Parts: sequence; C-alpha cells; structure tokens
Amino acid sequence: MTATTMRGRFYELTAAALERDERVWAVLADIGESELPRHPRLVNVGIREQLMIGVAAGLALEGKRPVVHSYAPFLVERPWEQIKLDLTHQDLGAVLVSNGASYDASRAGRTHQAPEDVALLATLPGWRIEVPGHPDELERAFTRALATDERVYIRTTLERNHAPVSGDGLVVLRDGSPLVVAVGPTLTPVLEATSDLAVGVAYLTTVRPFPHDAFEDVDDVVLVEPYLAGTSAAEVTKAIGHRPHRLRALGLENPELRRYGTPEEHRAAHGLDARGIRTALVDLL
Amino acid sequence: MDQLLERLAGDEKHDRSSYSTLDVLWVLYDRVLEEDDLFLLSKGHGPMAYYAVLAAKGLIDEEEPDGFGAFDSRLGYHPDRVVLPAAAISSGSLGHGLPIAVGTALAGRRTFVLVGDGELDEGSNWEAVQLAGRLRLQNLTAIVVDNASATHGWPGGIAARFALERWDAVVVDGRDRDALEAALSGNHVAGPVCVVAEVRG
Repeated sequence: MTATTMRGRFYELTAAALERDERVWAVLADIGESELPRHPRLVNVGIREQLMIGVAAGLALEGKRPVVHSYAPFLVERPWEQIKLDLTHQDLGAVLVSNGASYDASRAGRTHQAPEDVALLATLPGWRIEVPGHPDELERAFTRALATDERVYIRTTLERNHAPVSGDGLVVLRDGSPLVVAVGPTLTPVLEATSDLAVGVAYLTTVRPFPHDAFEDVDDVVLVEPYLAGTSAAEVTKAIGHRPHRLRALGLENPELRRYGTPEEHRAAHGLDARGIRTALVDLL
Repeated sequence: MDQLLERLAGDEKHDRSSYSTLDVLWVLYDRVLEEDDLFLLSKGHGPMAYYAVLAAKGLIDEEEPDGFGAFDSRLGYHPDRVVLPAAAISSGSLGHGLPIAVGTALAGRRTFVLVGDGELDEGSNWEAVQLAGRLRLQNLTAIVVDNASATHGWPGGIAARFALERWDAVVVDGRDRDALEAALSGNHVAGPVCVVAEVRG
C-alpha cells in the first residue's frame, strides 16, 4: 500500500479487501465512490446516510462485513439513531471509517466538521474507536477490524504524525510526570511542544475501550485529543480518580468557531498546534 | 457577474453545482423576491453564484468575494447565517432547507427554498414535501435545480413526485430567465409550488 494519506490508504485497503474477502461489502453515500473501483459488492446508496447505515446493518445480519464510509458528520451524526439501534441495539457489527475529522474541511464550515464524533460514539457500548495518527496505523486498525465482527469506528484525518508508532494500548514514549497522552495526530505537535520540558509522553490510538489499567502508576495526566476537549477525561478519572491526581484535558473547546481558512489556522485557533499545547503545559507546570 | 464569479475561486469541486443555480438566483433576487419574502438556499454546496448575486444586488460588500474561503472571511464554501446575515439559513448538509421552509411558511412568511436534484436523495426532504402538500401551504415555493446529479436519478421525473403530494409542479429551462420568472411569479392558489429548473450541459 502506497497512499500517503489515511483516506487514500483506506481506499486502497478497501479495494483490496473487496477482491480478497467475500464477506466484505463497501457501503457509501456518494462520498468516496470516485476513489474506488466498481465492484459488485460496492453499493452507493446516493446521498442517503440513514439508509447507508440501515443497509450495512442488513448486510451484517446476513453475516457480511460491511465497511461504511463518509465525512464524519454524515457518517456518525446524521444517521445517529440508525447507529444506536440498527447496529448497536441489534448487536450487529460494522466498520465505520470517516474522513474530515474535526477541521480538515475548514473552508467548508461547520456542516462538514465533526469534533463531537468520538464523544457521541463513546456513549454507546461495544464500539472499538480507533484514532490513528499515521497511514500505517490506519492500515493496522482497518486490517484488525476486518478480521473481527466488532463494531469499529476508525477516524481518519489529513493530519499525520511524522512517523508511525508500533504497539497497542497506551505506548509510553518517554517516562516522566505529568504524563502527556497524545491521541492520534496530536503526537507530532506534542513531541515538539515538550522537547525541552520535564514531562512524560505517551501515545494512544485505540481510545475505546480505554486502557484504564495502563494508568496504574500515573498520578498526573495531560490528555491531548484532536476532537472535543475532555472526550476521554471521564475514562482517565475512572482509572486514577480513586487517588490524588491532576488531570488537564486539551482539545477543541469551541466547535462553533465560525471561521473558514486552513486546517492549520483551525489547529492554532483551538490551541492544538505545538505552540498552543506548550502554552497550556507551561501554565500547568 | 462573470468578474464576481472569477473572484470566488478555490471550490472547484463544486463549480458545476454553483453555476447551475446562477440564473435561478438572479431571477429570484432581481425579479421575484419582495421585501418581506424569505429565500432559503438549502443546497449550500457551491455558493459562489449565491455570493456573486448578493454582491451584485448590494446585499454584501462588492469587495467581499475576494476573501472567499479565508479564515477571516464571512464567505465560506457553505454559508453561515450567523456571520453572514444576508443568508437566511446556514447550509451545507443536505436536506435541511425544505423542512425549515415548511416552518417559516407555517409561520406566515412567503418562502422560497432552493434545493438540488441530488439533495433530494435525503429523505428529510420528502417528509417536508408530504406535509406541505397535505397542509396546502400556498406561500411555499420550492425550486429544484435539476442538473442530473443524483446518483440513481429520478425515474418518472421530479415534478411528478411533487405533484403526487399535491404540489403545483412545473418544469422549466433553468437557463431561461423569462421562463423562470413566469413560473416563480405565477398565481398559485391551490397549494405549494414546485419549479423544477432543468440545467443540462
């Protein structure tokens, strides 16, 4: 696989999976169709996202492995009840892969941005939520998802870290306290922001189920998430809340930024570039 | 107008979408809309023509299109009514405008709403079509700009589907400004009006 963006890698992997595995179906709602070769098990339902999830549920009911894809708001928010009932309540599996993330579509405005997607899905039981920070990590998460019947959400973004990180769960890259936990594509700015600070750094891509046990020896945590601030704060509290601790959660504070411009401008406006993260850390320290 | 559109560069993905609406928007703003009317751009994709018409009619500053898509601009790839009051609704996610238009029409406002043929894929539109027809909302006009972009098409035609729900539905050439004006200005007393503006090529 050669694509240098997560989204491109996802299309390559999906095309290959359709050829290789007869259980795999791709279900689209216009978005992504032009990026994939025609295939008898690729169904484009048109701009009908609720139908897209319902069709995926029907395929899963018949033992298939549906891969469902669109912009995050149209994949998670618009067909929310279908996700809640047709998949989760029916206890059916699917692999949902989004693009656009929090502000990739910065010029497109609020309608194409979903900083709430992970928080929403995290309210439902039984979802594995993957937030890769590199195309190689997307490939690992997608390959693992196809091999199961789980409900999996994989959030892709045009942002990417300089290099992939191997290992599952909470991967500690540098010991120290507080432990700065970088989620997905926030790792590169976190490493830049902390290069001369006496803090620990850890990396996390599978945010649900949350690795509570990995926080056994951790007292102070700075969570850096590329979506709504505090999305995983309650999970950290569940892990360390029974003893004295400190927790600071960085992420998007205001999803209604009401600005257009570039993703870089949005990242800076939300304080998620290296400078913003460093400022928050220095305040804390 | 051409010069205004040239300055709204950057969203080439939606060029086709934008230019398909140009004549409808011009006729609405130049010949049809009255002071107390409400116009909702439901199909927020490719709003360049919308911004160009607003600028040409003096509803936004003529210099404003130069900043299209910039961080500090009020003009993005989909409109936001909070930063751009000239836009009655924020749009960009499809299938929201027609239901909102039913609400404004119910509240007594003469309402025009522009949707796309691809946008009609979204089921929320048909909930609105069904209710507006059955409530006989005479002050509601839906303009469907049909540039044949719906993935699975509309067998039997779009107008027939509105007519089935008792809308007064007509089909006109979406580039023929006089035909558009006639269809949008007619006396439709029976119920809601649907003008399908066909744009081909």
